[in-house]
Amino acid sequence: MRKYLATCLLAVMGLFASALAMAAGSEVRLDTMKPDLRDQPSLQRGMQLYTNYCLGCHSLQYQRYSRAAEDLGMPEDLVEKFLIFSPELKINDTMRIGMSAEDATDWFGAPPPDLSLEARLRGTDWIYTYLRSFYRDESRPWGVNNSVFPQVGMPHVLEPLQGVQEKVCTQSDIALLGAELDLETGRYQSCEVLEITQSGSMTTQEFDQAMWDLTNFLSYVGEPSRLKAENMAPKVLIFILIFTLLAYLLKKEYWRDIH
Amino acid sequence: MMGNPDRPKAPRGVMRWIDDRFPATQLMQDHLTGYYAPKNFNFFYFFGSLAMLVLVNQIITGIWLTMSYTPTAEGAFASIEYIMRDVEYGWLIRYMHSTGASAFFVVIYLHMFRGLLYGSYRAPRELVWIFGMCIYLALMAEAFMGYLLPWGQMSYWGAQVIISLFTAIPVIGGDLAQMIRGDYLISGITLNRFFALHVIALPLVIVGLVVLHLVALHEVGSNNPDGIEIKDKKDEAGNPLDGIPFHPYYTVKDLVGVGVFLFVFCAVIFYFPEGGGYFLETPNFEPANSLQTPEHIAPVWYFTPFYAMLRAVNYPLFGVDAKFWGVVVMGLAIAILFVLPWLDRSPVRSIRYKGWLSRIAIVVFVVSFVTLGVLGVMPPTAERTIIAQVATVAYFAFFILMPFYTRFEATRAVPGRVTGR
Repeated sequence: MRKYLATCLLAVMGLFASALAMAAGSEVRLDTMKPDLRDQPSLQRGMQLYTNYCLGCHSLQYQRYSRAAEDLGMPEDLVEKFLIFSPELKINDTMRIGMSAEDATDWFGAPPPDLSLEARLRGTDWIYTYLRSFYRDESRPWGVNNSVFPQVGMPHVLEPLQGVQEKVCTQSDIALLGAELDLETGRYQSCEVLEITQSGSMTTQEFDQAMWDLTNFLSYVGEPSRLKAENMAPKVLIFILIFTLLAYLLKKEYWRDIH
Repeated sequence: MMGNPDRPKAPRGVMRWIDDRFPATQLMQDHLTGYYAPKNFNFFYFFGSLAMLVLVNQIITGIWLTMSYTPTAEGAFASIEYIMRDVEYGWLIRYMHSTGASAFFVVIYLHMFRGLLYGSYRAPRELVWIFGMCIYLALMAEAFMGYLLPWGQMSYWGAQVIISLFTAIPVIGGDLAQMIRGDYLISGITLNRFFALHVIALPLVIVGLVVLHLVALHEVGSNNPDGIEIKDKKDEAGNPLDGIPFHPYYTVKDLVGVGVFLFVFCAVIFYFPEGGGYFLETPNFEPANSLQTPEHIAPVWYFTPFYAMLRAVNYPLFGVDAKFWGVVVMGLAIAILFVLPWLDRSPVRSIRYKGWLSRIAIVVFVVSFVTLGVLGVMPPTAERTIIAQVATVAYFAFFILMPFYTRFEATRAVPGRVTGR
């Protein structure tokens, strides 16, 4: 009976695994970004970037400044002084924007979405890759496009930091995404490669780190209780473990005379 | 002398005072200390008490969620985020509730599977099974309505898909769906009524049914993995030889089960409350938008076997739309479970003593049910539809052919007393 149950269980797990594999087939290859919510300096840099470059248009309507100050280890007076730009907003307010939805629709075609839950909706891999995938495309209203989000409706506000990125054709010995094998040269040819053609204020490495920080911050905003949950978890689980052990010993004691 | 003199009563003190006015000692004896359960319960017998635990969890966390939730189309989504961020330990209460919903179905499915394995639905336990099936049905309604409340994209479109199933019913379908929604499309009105049903009507029904389920069970006594009647062999005192008082033996044993369950449950709550997108579906992190359909709408995992059956039926019949027949098949898939006690004609109850045909049948059933569950999560393709059709046929074959294979197969000899396995 046990063996037979184990076989059933294995078969079921196999089915689930194949279902997951099938569901995972996405078109764009995303770079991995595993957030580190214990890295407070990174989160602080991320918040600084967000308030300076993103918060003009993208609200974080569920995130309070005071909560971020507390969770990210920043004194409230510093947050008020350096991270809150609107005179109407106080430390206990949520990170709202001043732009009205009407104006936003006029300027961008649609109001820029609130990003409070973006990390939970799209995942950190997506955000991290998206932020680094803008490229010049004169056919678009803002002169830029994005290989992760084709026909994106926003300008590349981080271009002064990243520099100008363009799509170029290149040959490579390794199979890049969307690359075709050139049978004559034996190399891979792709016109989907992004390359910095004019440098910005940051090196590629610095920019990648900055985008990592920004993504890390958005990951925090998506679920501010995550770290608290992970800190609480071992205590709860150890308590349950001890409880279970005692319950087991009690059960054994009671059941000693049952044959 | 107060009260009924024939009842067992505490000798003195507060308990005696109560016993003279309310049969507390009698009830405790009937349902705990004097309720004899077979001593050979195995792993599968933990899930009844665990279902009770999860029910209590859902009710308590539900009450606390209600304190901060706003049941309006404008405020629902934001109030969930308010609970997640601003309410003290709101995230924990919410995750306990959302994970609890999935946990409920995990334990209920295992509990039902146990009944299937050991023939717990057989006479004289038909009503125990039927009350249980009613709980399952009410639970599905409860879960479905609860899923609309966060007012996320998947809440909205999942409900849209399910309610639109009613439109497949000829003549009255359209009006019926409109009556359920209370509007021409899913709106705040739908949200309000689902909220009322989710927090008041259905919990009352479920708790009532659980009482009936337990009263019926305690009237006939529990079955066991050997499927034999322990009441047939009694000692001089009239207690079953193979039975032991539920309390303290099974209360302490179930406590171990509770511990193991809570360990897994809490690990999910604290480390991966989304359950890989199966407990909290990703599109639900976006507020409901009636103008934008998500790329792929999938119901929550516990409904997917039936959803896959619905999609598997893709040909019209008698001039009626295929969707209608899909709904019929889906309804029958659940309805057929109600008559299970009368489909099984085997001389033995437990799978342990049934023949090979029954064993093969139950494996086919489990494989088809799980396959349908997996297919229901995935977008349909021609290939998957064929697999779903085969699995649907296999699912029904398990039940429809049961009167035949259970009657004609060779069974093994049933021991007189329970075995220690």
